[in-house]
Amino acid sequence: MRPSAVRLLNILVPVKRTVDYAVKIRVNPDQKGIDLNVKHSMNPFDEIAVEEAVRLRERLKDEVKSIKVVTIGPPKSAETLRTALAMGADAGIHVEVPESAPAPEPLGVAKALRAIIEREKEKGGIDLVIMGKQAIDDDAGQTGQILAGLMDWAQATFASKIVVDVAKKEANVTREVDGGLEEVRCRLPLVVTTDLRLNEPRYASLPNIMKAKKKPIEKLTPSDLNVDLTPRLETLKVTEPPKRVGGGKVESVDELIAKLKEAGITPVKA
Amino acid sequence: MLRDSVARFAQEVVAPKVREMDEKEMMDPAIIKALFEQGLMGIETSADHGGAESSFTSAIIAIEELAKVDPSVSVLCDVHNTLVNTVLRTYGTKEQQDKWLPQLAESKLGSFCLSEPASGSDAFALQTRAQKDGDHWILNGTKMWITNSYEAEVFLIFANVDPSKGYKGITCFIATKDMGIQIAKKEQKLGIRASSTCSLTFDDLRIPTENIIGGEGKGYKIAIEILNEGRIGIAAQMLGLAQGAFDKAVPYTFQRSQFGQPVGTFQGLAFQQAQAAMEIEAARLLTYNAARRKEEGLSFTREAAMAKLYASQVAQHVSGEAIEWAGGVGFTRETGIEKYWRDSKIGAIYEGTSNIQLQTIARFIQKQYS
Repeated sequence: MRPSAVRLLNILVPVKRTVDYAVKIRVNPDQKGIDLNVKHSMNPFDEIAVEEAVRLRERLKDEVKSIKVVTIGPPKSAETLRTALAMGADAGIHVEVPESAPAPEPLGVAKALRAIIEREKEKGGIDLVIMGKQAIDDDAGQTGQILAGLMDWAQATFASKIVVDVAKKEANVTREVDGGLEEVRCRLPLVVTTDLRLNEPRYASLPNIMKAKKKPIEKLTPSDLNVDLTPRLETLKVTEPPKRVGGGKVESVDELIAKLKEAGITPVKA
Repeated sequence: MLRDSVARFAQEVVAPKVREMDEKEMMDPAIIKALFEQGLMGIETSADHGGAESSFTSAIIAIEELAKVDPSVSVLCDVHNTLVNTVLRTYGTKEQQDKWLPQLAESKLGSFCLSEPASGSDAFALQTRAQKDGDHWILNGTKMWITNSYEAEVFLIFANVDPSKGYKGITCFIATKDMGIQIAKKEQKLGIRASSTCSLTFDDLRIPTENIIGGEGKGYKIAIEILNEGRIGIAAQMLGLAQGAFDKAVPYTFQRSQFGQPVGTFQGLAFQQAQAAMEIEAARLLTYNAARRKEEGLSFTREAAMAKLYASQVAQHVSGEAIEWAGGVGFTRETGIEKYWRDSKIGAIYEGTSNIQLQTIARFIQKQYS
């Protein structure tokens, strides 16, 4: 007789609506922020996270019970949730904040995610959180780690490969680290953050876009979750990186070394 | 979301292959396959039949977005959706729809065969004959200028079953390549080179009676009504083309500096860009309005003719300007700007020449005012 899976996998994928990666960034005249009247789309690392969840279902089939996506953002963020639904997620949760509200910070986001995971306990709980390693607007790279800390869960960050054994409640994650690759075995429940080489996200096909319109999106507010999203950081100044200046040509190696020393670069003792 | 999804697909999957397909005058089969996988080949087809069950306007948007990157790919998608699929959805019996729509949504490319060497604008002077033979019909004749024909597996063929009845004998048949359709000459064209345009020969082609769509003698009605819708599709293609050319050339004008400033900041050039942007917007509104009228069940023949006529003119004008804005670089094939200009010329010719569109609009005026 075939043993049945001890437990079915419930996956949560947080996604963020950010300025599109291809947009030319312009700093505002007041130097406090950038021009946000531009094209927005799902954070690319979050797309990879959604894609990975959908692929896990394709691999593990019935062992994946649900893929839920959640976003914390203004009304327009609902569009980002719909895209995730069109990629294959089952249902969405939208923690709505006003359009004028400041962008939530990693600690606030992690606390909200914790509250959502607590809520989901009644519906079977969450076993696996897959999220982008960082958002391309603030490049914080903190939310996944903070969440794991708050939940007292295992974490495997910068994942380039994820293999889940549902019956054993384990996952083998290959992480991209400075020296190369590191493989860790983790017990569920687990937070994984995605790196670029994990997968290449699919395009939402037209039939799936149509199906996504019928998938449910639950609307919540931060106060429903008892979470305070007030920022703790104040942005003092935003400036463009220094403009690239042209280089110069040198005639010999000696001249090159002289110029480097002039520029303040000191040799490292061999 | 649909627009973004198709735009992204076009940018990432189609764009890298555009130049090669144009130089080789050959559509990459991988792109056709990708279009099917994306659900873009059964846009209005019901979900039961494997389609995306979306609106006509969704098809228009998809065609527009594809044309921004490659008008050849756009026309492939347009003919398949607005002509072939629509004929079956509108005039097919339930059995015919159940049989053909899933195949067309999933993997089989379709082709619409009306024009012949001796009949283009005068479509109903067509000479392909169909003779009854028991429960089959035998078709003999030649079709010319048929889009998608090189790659297609499903063909809608218009033939006359009774020439004594004139155009009232024209009947629409559906056939598959393996019934014996011969692909003759593939045309070498000025533009939309990756879109296959071939002549077809039917030499005692046997088609079962059950493959008649809409009934005997109903072919002319089917053709007129379907081409009316197809007109809006071409308008969308030309619109996308114009926008694509504009989007490719304009950023360059702000990078290229002469006499100490970006050429795009010279008032003369800036005024040309403003004019072009306005024309594109006008073409856009004509196209979307025609689509809206169709979806609302209002008459749209006049509006469709205007949209196609104007969009093709704008496409020609803007793509030509785009080359000039980019200067010498615009003239080389490497940047892909000149391709839009070559591709735009067909807009004034196929699916109803510009003169035919003017004729259509003029008739409405005469009917209303005289």
